Amino acid sequence: MGRYLIRRLLLMLLTLFGISVIIFVLLRIVPGNIADILFDAAGMVSAADKHKLEVELGLDQPIVIQYLHWIGNLARGDFGYTYVSEQPALQEILPRIPVTAKLAGLALLFSILLGVPLGILSAVRQDTALDYVLRVLSLSGLSLPSFWLGLLILMGFVQYLGWIPIYNEKPARLLDELLLLSIPAAAVGFRSSALVMRLTRSSMLEVLRQDYIRTARAKGASPAAVNYDHALRNAMLPIITIIGIEAAFLVGGLIVTETVFNIPGVARFLVDAIRWRDYPVVQSLVMFVAVVVVSVNFLVDMTYAVLDPRIRYEN
Amino acid sequence: MTVLDQQTQLDRTAERAAFRQGLAHFARRYPLGAAGATIVLAIVLMAVLADWITAFDPISTSARDSLAKPGGVHLLGAYFMGRDMWSRIVFGARISLAVGIGSTTLGCLIGVCAGLGSGYFGGWLDLITQRLMDMLQSLPLLVLALVMAAALGPSIQNTIIAISIPLVPTVARVIRSNTLMLREMPFVEAARAIGMSEVAIAVRHVLPNTLAPLIVLATAQLGSAILVEAALSFLGLGIPEPYPSWGRMLSESAAEYVRTAPWLVVYPGLAISLAVFGTNLLGDALRDALDPRLRH
Repeated sequence: MGRYLIRRLLLMLLTLFGISVIIFVLLRIVPGNIADILFDAAGMVSAADKHKLEVELGLDQPIVIQYLHWIGNLARGDFGYTYVSEQPALQEILPRIPVTAKLAGLALLFSILLGVPLGILSAVRQDTALDYVLRVLSLSGLSLPSFWLGLLILMGFVQYLGWIPIYNEKPARLLDELLLLSIPAAAVGFRSSALVMRLTRSSMLEVLRQDYIRTARAKGASPAAVNYDHALRNAMLPIITIIGIEAAFLVGGLIVTETVFNIPGVARFLVDAIRWRDYPVVQSLVMFVAVVVVSVNFLVDMTYAVLDPRIRYEN
Repeated sequence: MTVLDQQTQLDRTAERAAFRQGLAHFARRYPLGAAGATIVLAIVLMAVLADWITAFDPISTSARDSLAKPGGVHLLGAYFMGRDMWSRIVFGARISLAVGIGSTTLGCLIGVCAGLGSGYFGGWLDLITQRLMDMLQSLPLLVLALVMAAALGPSIQNTIIAISIPLVPTVARVIRSNTLMLREMPFVEAARAIGMSEVAIAVRHVLPNTLAPLIVLATAQLGSAILVEAALSFLGLGIPEPYPSWGRMLSESAAEYVRTAPWLVVYPGLAISLAVFGTNLLGDALRDALDPRLRH
């Protein structure tokens, strides 16, 4: 177990390193550096001033040195300065994390509560009308753009209930905040729930095909016992990996939903930073997102290895 | 006609009849897939025949018809400055399909090269490519596309490139696992025995056998590509003005007109959902048809 853990940890670090290089290079593909953009925006034309800015930002140094600077800063928790507000980026990011975390947690909860039971139902009643309906429903859930769903929900609230569930200021009580966040969470979670439903269904189907299920039925076990005691318990394992896949899926949904519902979270900050061409912040934020996703996947893999000993010994 | 001509004619007629029978069989066995195919076909036709089925220029404005309700001259209503909704949706289909198909094709092309090369030749190439694919796949689709779109700037070509790159790892992974399996097959050994070069074997023997799962994957990726393009345009980082894009149509109407003109929000989103729904249905049915044991 220890060796497996260390190997996966090293792999994770290597992946993160690679991602950081990719992000760094991607944002510098376009000719012309950040100083050019800032200068165009501010309307200044003096070459000497521009060179001074470049030195200040460290842009005149070789790219490898710039990269090392960035990584070194990240490790020390220095996310750079935002161009826009001239504050340390970390100060802008930290207060936004709790909101996004709550939204993501609620969305995850919603998707599991909705997706897992429906997936099981669909698998147990395979090829019946109910199965078809559920499959079409899940497919349409996957086809909906989550921001459109969010817009429709907003419209519905405005039209029929008269108030807009937009996050203007932080509600006093935690419960109020969670209730307010549950609406966008439903919008994000709906698409995730469709994914979870499909994955649960296929995992459950896989288990139901196994020989030991047939044996249990032959022994005369009731359908309930077969489905829940035997099948579900074994099907639960892949569902944990589903959470890992969902983490990546959710981030995309969070980005657009936070924009639609005006939630001051990390994802919307990323979009804003991109719009303002605030590249240092964009770099660090994307790195942050990558770290979160990779860590979640790592934790999921570890949990899976703990629950299923075959994984540890196979490698 | 000579006897040879007559024979060729009969062969061709038989081929066409067999093709039609095959289609009918597919439609009967996979009704959902047939429905999906019909939807996709309808949207493609809509995009191709855009000029003939719309009465208005999607970009032209007319202040008098500003925010017209659906029905009447403007079939689905009009926008703020009188731009016709139906025309923008139909021409938007062109853009969305072009970007979707373009980025999916580009992504599959690169992915096939990467997967085939890394799977067939193995060794260092395989190791490096695999690590690279892992890294690309660790970032969520939208995030990577966002970063690329931001770096490259808004234009149709850049959007196509930005969406195609995140699609590459999945394609490469599937093609690679297929190639690994096909590499061990007897016909590859036989080809080697008669002296074919490795590259020729890879391209002329292994590659055609990976096409079936590739087609299934491509239809699924097409759905994702359309959704990502919609999201990018919604955030303002995708298709720029003045090209109509379903995603951008939603962002334009979102805040201000939610109360007064709800049809502005309903129709573009419905278009996106239908397009993706059609491709997903088709992809699912193709997957079931081509290999029922295939699961991911």
